[in-house]
Amino acid sequence: MSFVTIFYGISFYVATLILFIGLAYRVYEYATIPAPLKIPTPPAPKTKKGVAVRLIREVVFFESLFAATKWTWLFGWLFHFALLLAAFRHLRYFTDPVWFWVSWEVVQAAGHYAGYVMVFGLLGLLGRRIFVDRVRYISNPSDYLMLLLIILIALSGLAMKWVHTDIYAVKQFFIGLMYFQWAELPSDFVLLLHLTLVLVLMIIFPYSKLLHAPGLFFSPTRNQTDTARDSRHIADWAKKMETRE
Amino acid sequence: MAVKEFDKPELKEFSTIPKLVEEATSHLAPFKSNEEFQQSLGYPGELVENWQDKALDKMGELLKKYRSLRVYMDSCIQCGACTDKCHYYLGTKDPHNMPVGRQNLMRGVYRKHFTLPGKYFPKLVGAVDLTREVLDDWYSYYHQCSQCRRCAVFCPIGIDTAEISMAAREIMDSVGVGQKYCNEIIGKVHKIGNNLGLPEPALADTLEGLEEDVLDDIGIDVKFPLDQKDSEVLLVTPSADFFAEPHVDGLIGYAKVFHQAGISWTLSSHASEAANFGMFIGSYDNMKKLALRIREAAIKLNVKRIVFGECGHAWRVAYSFLNTLAGPFDFLDPRYPVPQHICEITYDLMNKNVLTFDKSANDDKIITFHDSCNVARASNMGDVIGGQFTIPRDIIKATTNKFFDMEEDTIKEKTYCCGGGGGLLTDDLIELRMKGAQPRMEALKRVVEDHGVTHMAAICAICKSQFSKAFQYYGFELDQIISLHQLVGNALIMNKKEL
Repeated sequence: MSFVTIFYGISFYVATLILFIGLAYRVYEYATIPAPLKIPTPPAPKTKKGVAVRLIREVVFFESLFAATKWTWLFGWLFHFALLLAAFRHLRYFTDPVWFWVSWEVVQAAGHYAGYVMVFGLLGLLGRRIFVDRVRYISNPSDYLMLLLIILIALSGLAMKWVHTDIYAVKQFFIGLMYFQWAELPSDFVLLLHLTLVLVLMIIFPYSKLLHAPGLFFSPTRNQTDTARDSRHIADWAKKMETRE
Repeated sequence: MAVKEFDKPELKEFSTIPKLVEEATSHLAPFKSNEEFQQSLGYPGELVENWQDKALDKMGELLKKYRSLRVYMDSCIQCGACTDKCHYYLGTKDPHNMPVGRQNLMRGVYRKHFTLPGKYFPKLVGAVDLTREVLDDWYSYYHQCSQCRRCAVFCPIGIDTAEISMAAREIMDSVGVGQKYCNEIIGKVHKIGNNLGLPEPALADTLEGLEEDVLDDIGIDVKFPLDQKDSEVLLVTPSADFFAEPHVDGLIGYAKVFHQAGISWTLSSHASEAANFGMFIGSYDNMKKLALRIREAAIKLNVKRIVFGECGHAWRVAYSFLNTLAGPFDFLDPRYPVPQHICEITYDLMNKNVLTFDKSANDDKIITFHDSCNVARASNMGDVIGGQFTIPRDIIKATTNKFFDMEEDTIKEKTYCCGGGGGLLTDDLIELRMKGAQPRMEALKRVVEDHGVTHMAAICAICKSQFSKAFQYYGFELDQIISLHQLVGNALIMNKKEL
């Protein structure tokens, strides 16, 4: 077992634990903190089904962002959608046998071209941060670094199209991690750069603004029904303030 | 203290997004509450010792009580979608008045004291300590937010700056830094029952005067009952309706509606205020106490329904929170929602042909409608999605011949706040109020020029007061702002039947 294999093997275990336990803990926190008042924004659905539809529209189309600013919507939506396609393509490294739809040519090809779209979207978002005075004003170093991190992940991933990497060995490595039967990880520079950046992303996820992903589902302005007059909505801590019978 | 002179914003033909000007309104802050007003609400009278620890404790407590605050502190991507959505930013150009700029004043402290990256890498993530300067910025800029929620409509995550400014005000109150305007008023409601501190005899006198005025005017004895037990309806309306212009014309309109429909109604001297300033300062406790007065009045007067007059934030607390704060209302007539809006009453009666209108009575006016922020974005009317937009417009169309909406991105859920909401309707913030009114004034100017609009109708006491000032400031006439129920009262065909 090479040092590289041991180092990355352990790192991926640690990062996976931080990502999943961290996220699970955040979701637990969000789910257990009460929303004591009804604060949905219009057009607020009257039913839970309506809320589900509203959230799906937000997640799939970024509806509110579309109403707010077309450029940010375009870059942001392209990036996220491309990220999803790239993730689909990557599933072949983690499934054995490969799920049938993942091996479809169209999924694999889309995942590849999505890499370029991701970079395009991210550069657009970076450009807004640099050139729009209002967005520049609110940007912290971490906001730029986050974009650079994901841009580098995408670029290093795309680079492996041109720089030789033994992709089969990479798959053996990850499947080995998953089934606790470790295999050697090739120590190609571009691959290791790609994996290192992904590790960083996994670790910072539960501690950063990337929490907007679970956050949206727990946002009371978006996930509440407009039923304040129909049924009484009251938090446990507020119930304790009730003095009358 | 005289208000400093300030540059008057120019009303442009097309609204533009201004380049930001740092510290443009850092000099603005409302008068601070004195010891008496603070203590009557249960807050310390002045900045307490070790206020930083106390404030952080309070913040930690609120982060566990309000999911909104916690999720919104964590989830902002700093994408900038909200940056040009706040009327105060558009009017003042101060970057702390961009919704995300305002939120970040608290988010910096949150990151420093409640997150690991902020604790270990403060510079990287913009984390800051809660210093005296930060507290001063909080006081200044969390009182430059009218809690109108326009930003929340456009945020991809739905982050609502109102939730954050309410929490900030609650934290500041808890360490002895309160706002005079709000806290003095809340104290008056706790003690007397309304924002103006108008006691029962004065109120009775005012209402009697109104009865005489209406009798003189139309020759019909329309009653304005006070504390009348066993009435069908308890009307809770903002106290400005009792004497301020153009509010009072709205009150006369409600009275005519009840009279014509033969619905017995009463005001209450115990709950003679619809507005609930407890919301402005983010205090669940104060908000609940104020709301309970309405419950108590409804029980004491043995009414069957509760109806609210034209008031924006009041209607938010009524529609969205009253059941939570003071419910359940199982002692009222279950056939009606609790509470109802006066527009819902008028709309229903109009559709049942109980009310009929002579539109020509309003032919001297060409109307546009200002969606009050808290009605538009924090409540509803009727049982359909969007009723808060359609019902008032349908009433206007039934009572006038000439109606034109303002531009689409300035109305309905995208409406601009009048500039005076959220506890800012005070003369010590006049510069902020006038600058904040600019986006609405620009939209109004366009319909005035394109369609000859002469009057803007509103359904909020704060909007009406704020526009009376802003209209004069921007070259309109003070009486061009009217109550929606003034149109109803003018056009309603009355017959001389007795109750």
